[in-house]
Amino acid sequence: MSSITEPRQTWKLAAGLLVVFYALVTLLPLLWIISTGFKTPSDSIAYPPKILFEPTFEGYVNLFTTQTRQSEEFLANNPPTNWYEQLVHDKGMVIAGPSRYGERFFNSLIIGFGSTFLSVFLGTLAAYAFSRYRVPLKDDLLFFILSTRMMPPIAVAIPIFLMFRSLGLSDTHAGMILLYTAVNLSLAVWLLKGFIDEIPLEYEEAALIDGYTRFQAFRKVVLPQATTGIASTAIFCLIFSWNEYAFAVLLTSGSAQTAPPFIPTIIGVGGQDWPAVAAGATLFLVPVMVFTILLRKHLLRGITFGAVRK
Amino acid sequence: MSFICFEYDLWDMRASADIGDCGSMAEIVVRNLRKEFGAFTAVQSSDFVVADKEFFMLLGPSGCGKTTTLRMIAGLELPTSGQILIDGEEVGQKPASQRDIAFVFQMFALYPHLNVRKNISYPLISQGMHRSEIQEKVLEAAKLLGIEDILNRPVSGLSGGDRQRVALGRAIVRNPKCFLMDEPLGALDAEFRERMAGELRSMHDQMGATTVYVTHDQREAMQMGDRIVVMNHGVIEQIGTPQDIYDYPATMFVAEFIGSPPMNFLFFEDTLAPEADTITLNGQSISIRPVSTAGRGSFAFGVRPEHISFDDMSPYRGRIDATEYLGTTQIVTMTTPNGSLKARLAADIKIIVGDSVGLAFRKELVTIFDCESGVAVTSSPDQDRQRNG
Repeated sequence: MSSITEPRQTWKLAAGLLVVFYALVTLLPLLWIISTGFKTPSDSIAYPPKILFEPTFEGYVNLFTTQTRQSEEFLANNPPTNWYEQLVHDKGMVIAGPSRYGERFFNSLIIGFGSTFLSVFLGTLAAYAFSRYRVPLKDDLLFFILSTRMMPPIAVAIPIFLMFRSLGLSDTHAGMILLYTAVNLSLAVWLLKGFIDEIPLEYEEAALIDGYTRFQAFRKVVLPQATTGIASTAIFCLIFSWNEYAFAVLLTSGSAQTAPPFIPTIIGVGGQDWPAVAAGATLFLVPVMVFTILLRKHLLRGITFGAVRK
Repeated sequence: MSFICFEYDLWDMRASADIGDCGSMAEIVVRNLRKEFGAFTAVQSSDFVVADKEFFMLLGPSGCGKTTTLRMIAGLELPTSGQILIDGEEVGQKPASQRDIAFVFQMFALYPHLNVRKNISYPLISQGMHRSEIQEKVLEAAKLLGIEDILNRPVSGLSGGDRQRVALGRAIVRNPKCFLMDEPLGALDAEFRERMAGELRSMHDQMGATTVYVTHDQREAMQMGDRIVVMNHGVIEQIGTPQDIYDYPATMFVAEFIGSPPMNFLFFEDTLAPEADTITLNGQSISIRPVSTAGRGSFAFGVRPEHISFDDMSPYRGRIDATEYLGTTQIVTMTTPNGSLKARLAADIKIIVGDSVGLAFRKELVTIFDCESGVAVTSSPDQDRQRNG
């Protein structure tokens, strides 16, 4: 017996080690970013790179504040009142005010989640209609919707730029939400149609018989069963709109600028402030991670959907 | 076996308990009903009346239009033309939600995200019924079906029989005008099917319900139905009681579809005068019921296997090819000058393969069909009654 189980366990161990190794390789850049966020500027560019270092919040403080250099006299007259003022004070500077990172981050939240909500909302309705109703030219319409994904979205950047300028949508939240929704919607319709197709028609018919209207049947019977599809579609949409860089650079500069184009522009005194950039990138990862973890159960089921018959 | 008895005891108890008596049950009238799906005509032009409190079967092979007919009565499909009246009210173009009917689906279609109690109460919630009243009615229905103990269970873990009962619970809880069932036993194991068929029929009788039931299983139709409609290619072939349909099939399709083994056909050419009561098979005169429609050409002499017996005096003979022993009876396959024949005979008759035997037929249960149209030319008791009355 043992001669059969032993090789299997060795194999399992080898497979496990391989997975751990692969995870380490892929996580290394992430680890690098996170650790750089806690380094001093000099540590961050040290060569050979420092693996062990004394952690500091300097990067995070720099990320959220603007600072000015002051005379020794001024510094002596204005002693720091808390830990982050102390940190800045030690460099011979004082905090002049908050940086724009918070605003940009907030813009990202509004635009990312706004467009995700809109894509999934419209996508669910469209997918339901495509799945259940006799739509004239259904196949052609579906192909047309898919075809919008066949070129890189940035290929239409110039027409969109011109349209946005004449419509007054440049650098507005509404404009960016609209744009990301337009890009995501085709994916949402196709993904969700697949999920809704899998829900047997009988459930809705049973609801119709039970005295509900078509819309009530959709809301009370179809939607609860489509949560898996809706959750996984939402994650895909959010990941795109959250990370989108090219359009954000092109179409936003001020009030509606999202975090991705802003982070690389964080420039400290005397050269690029790498710890602040890394801190900005680290915080930027958090919302998508939280969102994905919250919906993880659905996502896993969504990916394996159809493989296991209920 | 004892379990089955228990089920029936349960039903008997209900009879005195006076639970779930349907006051609003109704007659269903179908007139010139037609349904086209593009170029395909699923139902040609159906006419029938389902009487109040009747258990009415729609029987036919798959694709014959029986399910489409049922779905039109339910409002899940809208007819291309024709009328449907439930309780005297024209509902043909009304949505399902306004017809006050209950539908039992083949796969039950229990809402998978709700538990048993919620599933059964769903049709009541849509009516805006008060919560305490819903609780009461759900409990009543659950008791009727013997599923009180699983009310709080999710539907996903239930056995086939329990799913079936929950689906029935959802149907009876609202006291609908009629029950429409689309092969409700189709998804069950063979052993369960028998039991549920009994339960279904008892439930129908207890509730005084009008039920329209679709099936492709002739045994189920014969066993449970008060009357049966046999459909084929979107056309009604015959409407009648199980016994009428079995003994006096109106067409060759019905004769072959019903019965196992099906009706035998012996083919012959003849000229039949009206009221003729004999035909000539291979030169031998054989008496039959009087012919109601005269004609000449190819005919089929239709006889059920159990209406054939051996008779040494009979000049019409066949050669025995084989026999299948079935315990109480045996099926004997023979070759006659007019085609092959299967007879159902008592199991204790000694059969010698290769023997030539004389055959006798029960003349009152022989049906002659016109081969060209497939329609029976002998009169049925209905026609006799009309003629005599």
